Amino acid sequence: MRVMKTILTTAAIAVAMAATSASAETTRIALVVKAQGIGFFEAAAKGAEEAAAELGDVEIIYTGPTDTTAEGQIEVINSLIAQGVDAIAISANDPDALVPALQKAMERGITVISWDSGVAEAGRQMHLNPSSTELIGNTIIKLAADHMPDGGDVAILSATATATNQNAWIAAAEAVLPNYPGINLVATVYGDDLSDKSYREAQGLMTTYPDLKAIIAPTTVGILAACQAVTDAGKIGQVNVTGLGLPSEMAGCVESGATQSFAIWNPIDLGYAATMLAFNIHNGASTEAGAEIPMGRIGNATLDETGTAAMSDPFTYDASNIEQFKSIF
Amino acid sequence: MIKTFLRAREAILAGAILLLLALIAIRFAGFIAPANLANVFNDTAPLIILAIGQMIVILTRCIDLSVAANLALTGMVVAMMNVAAPGLPLIFTITVAIGLGTTLGMFNGLMVWKLGIPPIVVTLGTMTIFRGTIFLLSDGKWVNSHEMSAAFKAFPRAMILGLPVLSWIAIATILLFTLILSRTTLGRAFFAVGGNPHAAVYAGINVGRTQFWAFTISGALAGLTGYLWVARYAVAYVDIALGFELDVVAACVIGGIAIAGGVGSVGGAVLGALFLGIIKNALPVVNISPFWQLSISGAAIIIAVALNARAARTKGRIILKRAEHPA
Repeated sequence: MRVMKTILTTAAIAVAMAATSASAETTRIALVVKAQGIGFFEAAAKGAEEAAAELGDVEIIYTGPTDTTAEGQIEVINSLIAQGVDAIAISANDPDALVPALQKAMERGITVISWDSGVAEAGRQMHLNPSSTELIGNTIIKLAADHMPDGGDVAILSATATATNQNAWIAAAEAVLPNYPGINLVATVYGDDLSDKSYREAQGLMTTYPDLKAIIAPTTVGILAACQAVTDAGKIGQVNVTGLGLPSEMAGCVESGATQSFAIWNPIDLGYAATMLAFNIHNGASTEAGAEIPMGRIGNATLDETGTAAMSDPFTYDASNIEQFKSIF
Repeated sequence: MIKTFLRAREAILAGAILLLLALIAIRFAGFIAPANLANVFNDTAPLIILAIGQMIVILTRCIDLSVAANLALTGMVVAMMNVAAPGLPLIFTITVAIGLGTTLGMFNGLMVWKLGIPPIVVTLGTMTIFRGTIFLLSDGKWVNSHEMSAAFKAFPRAMILGLPVLSWIAIATILLFTLILSRTTLGRAFFAVGGNPHAAVYAGINVGRTQFWAFTISGALAGLTGYLWVARYAVAYVDIALGFELDVVAACVIGGIAIAGGVGSVGGAVLGALFLGIIKNALPVVNISPFWQLSISGAAIIIAVALNARAARTKGRIILKRAEHPA
């Protein structure tokens, strides 16, 4: 590793000297996302650019496949290796399938970190979670409970029944339920991240549980569909739709009152933090367990024994700040 | 004779639907309340409209796998149009939706008719092309509820005589195509082309052109549904109605439309769609594990195909078999 770095540095210096116009070395950090064209990742790219501007002399390469496949990302990684970037920060479509390609990158002296959706330990130097499972589980219940002073029935509308993220959050949410007396979780249903199925499941919930006070959807497709179903059923004010969503998509729901508040980690912060971490690790920050790596304005990331760190609490959006954020992501 | 048999098949399916409703009512009585049944019908309306289009295509021994992608592309186009010019009259939006859907359907039809490419290949290709086009058009971004105009979203929901417009459109489609299939030359040609293409040629029917019209109709209905879908769920993105083409084909198969062509009816397609629609709407309220939901939907399809296979065996006798395949 160190040898590689020395060789690379030497080579870089040689190149810099060969070029008569002596300019400072630009650090090229590739932000690889699950697929292009997803608002969440576009926002993360904005954060990365912000970090780049702050650091100076950092070039961000925002890239990803056109669909959310591991194969597509492997192609992207191989091309980044060929381009000889300095660091790769990736949100993975598959934790294991990407490991060989990323190991190849690390052998070439490229700093590799994962963020948002992680890669197995062997394939990266550290992983940055937007938040922790416990924090998210607690937040989604709290969002519902905050608007239910007298308690009552709530239901969860998730993505697919096999979605790892959602299942972990729901398990964490169930674990904190005893802290919220009066909140009664009556059902967990699955909309498969399809708007029509999610809509139908939300309708089903309202039919089955006429006293339902809140639908919690920890998925962006589900929360929108539930909001539409509640609106169509004329139950605004009666059933509060909350969970995880994007401000640009949820603005209408907040405006109509179908959603009092919802949360999401701030993708701008996430892209910013991932870039800062990639830069600092590339410049020699340790990735041992317990190491603290600075993330610029956000603070420090503390690595646990699996090389994972959590960024912060999910950020809550409501009528007071939706206008400000809906144009951002 | 075939007609009476079909009637009987539809009766069996109608019986199965009633039985299904009865079973659901045991678990959850509220499901069969008239208001809820009207909801279920409304929810199934897009499937009904698409199943009728698909049925006509299947009648002519073809298949249209691009319906859902056509729906999504048309939906995205009208949604983006609405964002760009919220003041456009609704009739214009609907015309564009149907027009674009028709064009996309015609493209499929031309490939099948003029280039003689197998329909499954053509529509598999266009399915991907359409989805890709949505991505290019929208840059992968979503069009959300608050960006659409109120009139755009309100149309399918507007109530006329106690039913939303969406339901009325499905009913109008059912009536229109029942009439077309039974009372027009083109309608009868669909059956003739699928039942026996060689005989159809001898009867002076252009098989390719008939198939072209079938794809055109399927495209037009998919386009119309595209607008309705986007307005109803108030969101448009690349993946809307992903995999819905399989539901549409399944509705046809359950409705007794022979995949080999030539046999089917609007009533069958509608009942097939309703059967699926009822299952989809009932499973959430009767509290069944999502894993079972998939198995149950799948089992229903296989049972229907098994019944169809049996039906095909007793369809009729072939006389003068040698004459059918001249050496």
